[in-house]
Parts: sequence; structure tokens; C-alpha cells
Amino acid sequence: MNKINSYSTGLVAALAVFFGLLVGAIIMLVSGFNPVTGYISLIQSALGSSLNIGEVLRAMTPLVLTAAGFLVAQSAGFFNIGLSGQVWVGWIASTWFVLANQGMNPWILIPVAVIIGALGGAIMGFIPGWLRAQFGASEVITTIMLNYIALYGGNAIVQGLPNKMMATTDMTKTLDASDSLRWDFLSNLTGGSRLNIGFLIALIALLAIWFVMKRTTLGFEIRAVGLNPNAARYAGMSAKRNAITAMTISGLLAGLAGATEGLGTYLNIFSQSAAPQVGYDGMAVALLASGSFLGIIFAGFLFSVLSVGGLGMPLATGVPTELVSVVTASIIFFIGANYLIRLILVKLDEDDSKDKGKQKKHKTTKADQKEAK
Amino acid sequence: MSVETILQLVISSTLVYSAPLIFTALGGTFSERAGIVNVGLEGTMIMGAFAGVVFNLSFADQFGHATPWLGLVAGAVIGLIFSLIHAIATVTLRADHIVSGTVMNLMAPALGVYIIKLMYGKGQTSMISQNFGYWNVPGLSKIPFIGPILFTKTSSTAWVAIFIAFVAYWLLYKTRFGLRLRSVGENPQAADTLGLKVYTLRYAGVLISGVLGGIGGALFAQSIAGNFSASTIVGQGYMSMAAMIFGRWNPIGAMGAALFFGFSQSMAIVGAQLPVINQIPAVYLQVAPYVLTILILVIFFAKSKAPAADGINYIKSV
Repeated sequence: MNKINSYSTGLVAALAVFFGLLVGAIIMLVSGFNPVTGYISLIQSALGSSLNIGEVLRAMTPLVLTAAGFLVAQSAGFFNIGLSGQVWVGWIASTWFVLANQGMNPWILIPVAVIIGALGGAIMGFIPGWLRAQFGASEVITTIMLNYIALYGGNAIVQGLPNKMMATTDMTKTLDASDSLRWDFLSNLTGGSRLNIGFLIALIALLAIWFVMKRTTLGFEIRAVGLNPNAARYAGMSAKRNAITAMTISGLLAGLAGATEGLGTYLNIFSQSAAPQVGYDGMAVALLASGSFLGIIFAGFLFSVLSVGGLGMPLATGVPTELVSVVTASIIFFIGANYLIRLILVKLDEDDSKDKGKQKKHKTTKADQKEAK
Repeated sequence: MSVETILQLVISSTLVYSAPLIFTALGGTFSERAGIVNVGLEGTMIMGAFAGVVFNLSFADQFGHATPWLGLVAGAVIGLIFSLIHAIATVTLRADHIVSGTVMNLMAPALGVYIIKLMYGKGQTSMISQNFGYWNVPGLSKIPFIGPILFTKTSSTAWVAIFIAFVAYWLLYKTRFGLRLRSVGENPQAADTLGLKVYTLRYAGVLISGVLGGIGGALFAQSIAGNFSASTIVGQGYMSMAAMIFGRWNPIGAMGAALFFGFSQSMAIVGAQLPVINQIPAVYLQVAPYVLTILILVIFFAKSKAPAADGINYIKSV
């Protein structure tokens, strides 16, 4: 039975992706589409031109940040489903700040706006962390509830902004490219895509958070609390303080993701019908990455290919975009139910060794026959 | 507006909004009493809503006024099938309960809208023609004062939901099945030692929650939303889960909490017609149910106790 845990998480994750895509293929087949052309159109619309690749990297930006945020909370033993709301607050706070301070030197304005966005997210992360530490309220439910509070509260704030900031009642004016995270160099490099400095921020933040979690006392304490709160407390660490810190960092990263959405991708704020999807997708990326910071890059790239490619599928083949979300959910199902994948691997190995055993027997009998001759 | 009309409006809309939450919260109670945390109630409700609306749109001509009731059956069946994913993942495949529940919540809207797009060519269905209207309870509505307030123009499904809550209580606390179900949620090792089939009972808990969650979703869609899209169910599943916790994993408590949540949800809708409340900006009423959920968790969590083995996978030793 020890064998079952002996397979690397990378192999298990790769197989989960394979099975997830297989589920998608079966669904396409059942609903009358050709899965091969379906997936080819997906890959073409995601990677077919430098513009598309730029958009994939652009889509990756908030996913890397939210996934890193999820991972930090998970290290402390929390399941932060509130990333969406934290992203939304970061988006509104950062973009509002730029809209309200037009004319300020962009070299000061933009960094301050990004920081304000991150802080907005951090506050949204702090609240469930504190509620959990202080009152034992399950963060799973409080973060979900905070998503709805952020969604409706945020929409009301957006609709209530001063008229001079608004383009329509539900949407603010668009920022000038000079007052944003856009950088002509990155955009031109990728055929005019919306790729922006946010991507670099995401990579730097990922590196920084890896360093904090793996190489500093703070990270060590957070992980210790997550692994065994009682042992951590016995060693003199405060479980409460670390829980709050982890959730705040988690929200901070999500808020940063929101800032890149507002200041890098959309350049405005518009009211939402649901809390931003990147929060949930980031959670999926982190689960696929199975606790690895490097894994976030791969998983983030894969999910961005799926989401950008999924947008091109209806036009090319008629497959509704939602198929991609079904595939994403299936991948996470197999990550959660990795026991199944491990069982299959054990079975395959056993069959292999049986086959080898048979071959050996076969050889020996031949050798015996020769000897007999 | 007379006091009688105000009370009548508030109570009847509370009942309409509570009914789906009661069904779903009862479902959650069964699942968690068996030791399986079910965050996937939201997804189950979405699939139930999808099934109910599609059934209603397809068969309204044939079944007439019985359509919404049969739509609930459709929701129950699809909810049952959908919750099987959660049961297999958590009981057989030892998946983390919250991860599996999250998968259901990610899967349900995507799958629902995918099928809707294939069936109707758009991401949102048309409005259903047969929905749950209002109903006067025969006899009881004739009682002076109480009759008009409680039993006139009321929601028949809410009274069914309240009745089911008592049935659920009886099932969980007064029958052998209920005792066994609760025992695998409290101490699966001990239950196993006594010869109970832990896995079967846990499957039963999750599947019952699928049936009730599916009914809840189909009911919400056919009494409140009126159509199906990705934003038909917005947090009602989670709210039901909170109601179950607030109700301390007890069917009657869950029902009471669900009534309370139904009340706060309905305020955002009918509040505009009521004196005093119509002075409050809409956004406060809109977020009130969610804020209340958090407050209730904070205030009552310390006092409420989940089943001891809730959320813990039981791995049978061979």
C-alpha cells in the first residue's frame, strides 16, 4: 500500500490534465462535435499567432497571482474561496485611485495605485482570517459570503462614482495608456495584445512569495501552523497571528491581481454580474499545481491556453465556450480524486511486472528446451 | 397599507424565498450527519434549477398546472445523479470534501449553460410558462386575521418544505436508519466495528442531499427566477449551508434558520413596497443576507458542534 503514494505529484497532475481533457472530448463527442477539430481550434485560437500568445500571457497574469495567494492560505491550512471578491476590491480600489488623480505624475500614480489595490485585497483577506482566528468561523463560508458582499457592494460603489469619471452608468471612462500598466514594448512584441507590466509584476511577486514561504521564518511559521497547529503553538508560534497573516498575504496577492486587471487589461471598471472568474480559476490553478510554486507557472499557462482558446472555439467549430470550464472542473476533480490515478498507476505497474515475469518464464522454458536438446 | 396587508406580504414572500433554502439545508444536514461536508450544494441547486427549467419548458403544454411539481421531480433526479460525483469522489476515492464540492460548483454552471446553448442556441432560457403561483390553504384561510396572514396567497411548496423538515427530523432521530446515518458521521470506526456499512450509509447521506438540493434548485428556478442562466442561483446553496450550521445540523433548526434567511432575502425584493424599509438604499438590503450569514457564524459557531467525523474520510482497513 505504500506504493500508492510513491508517484510524483507532477506525474499525477499530468494524468489529471489528460483525464480532464478526455472528459471534455467525451462531452464533445456525445453532443455531436468532433473532439479533435474542437481541441485543434482551441490550440489555434490560443497559440496560433503572437497576438494570441500575448493574450495567453496576459490571461496568465491574474491567475499566477491568485494561485500564489491561494497557496499561501493553503499552507496555513485555509481554503480561500474569497479570491474573487479580493480581486474585485483590488480592481476597484486601484483603478478608482488613478481615475481620481488624473494629471499626477504616472511614475508615482501607478505604483501607488497598484499598492492601494493590493491593500484593498489584503483587507478583504484579513477579515475572514481574523474571523477564523478569533471566533472559529469557517473561512470557507465567510469568504464565499464576502464574495457576494464585495460583488454587490462594489457594483454599488462603481455606479455611485462621480459623473465625471463615468462613461455610462455601469462603466467608468477608459484610462489613458500612459496612466496604466501598458507598455508599448510588450504590446508590440506580441502583435498588439493587451500584455502589460502586470505580467512582470506577477512573476516577481511569485518569486518573492516563494522566497518568503520557503526561506524566511515567517513562511516557516505559516507552514508549521498549517501542518500542525498544536505542535506550532507548543514551539511558541502564535497560530492565530500566523493564520491572520497568511490570509492577509493571500488577499494582498489577489488584490494585486485585481490591480493588473483594472490598470493593465481593461483600463476601466464596469459592474459585474458575478465576482470575477479569475479568482475561481486561480484556485483551480493552485490545486493543479499541488503546492508547488513552479507548478503555478505551468498550471497557469495551461489554464490560460484553455480560457483564451475556449473563446475561439464557438466561432471555429460551434463548441460552446463553457466546455473549457467543464474541462477545468474535471481536471480539479481528478486532482482531488488523485487516489484513483494512483490506483491506476499501481495497477499498470503490477501488469508490467507480471508481463516481465511471464517473459522471463518464457525465456527460461526456451533455455530449458535447448538444454534438453 | 394596513398592518394585515404588510404582514401578509412579508410572510408570503418570506415563505416563497425560504422554501428552496429549507429543502437544500435539509439535504446538507443529511450529508453532514453522515460525515461528508457538502460545499457542493450550490452546484447541486444549479443542476436542479437547470433540470426544472428544461423540464418545464419542454412539457408545460402536456402537463399544465402539474408541470412545476413534476419539474421538482426532474430536479431531484438530476440532483441525485450530480451528487453521485461528490459521493464517489469523497467516499470511494478519498478526495478532500471541499475540493470535491468546489468541483461541483465549478462544473454545474458550465455544464448547465453548455447544454442550454446546444438546446436553445443562447446562454439563457426563455421564461417558463407554468410556475408555482400562490395558493390558499383550504379551510385554514377562513380563520379570521391569522387566515389571511398565514394561509392566503401563500406558497404551497413552503408548507411542503416545512412538513419535509419534520419528516427529516423523524427519519434522523427516530428511525434505525437515522441512528446509523448519524453514527457514521460521529464515529465511523465504531460503526464499522458494529457491522454497519459505513460507505453505503455515507453514499446514502450524500445522495439524499443531492435529491433535496436538486428539489431546492428546481423550486427556486420555477418559483422565483423563472428561467435558467449562469446567474440563476447566486449563493442560495451556500446560504443553505450556513442555515444548516446555524441550525446546528438539526433538521428543525435548519428549517428555522432557512426561514430567517428567506426573510432577509425577500426584504431585498419586497422592501421597496414597505414603509420605513423602502428608505434604506437597495445595496444594503442586497448584501444583508450575506452579512447576516457571517454574523450568525461568528456568534453561533462556538456553540454549535458539527458531527465529530464531519469532513474526515474513513479508510476501511482490509
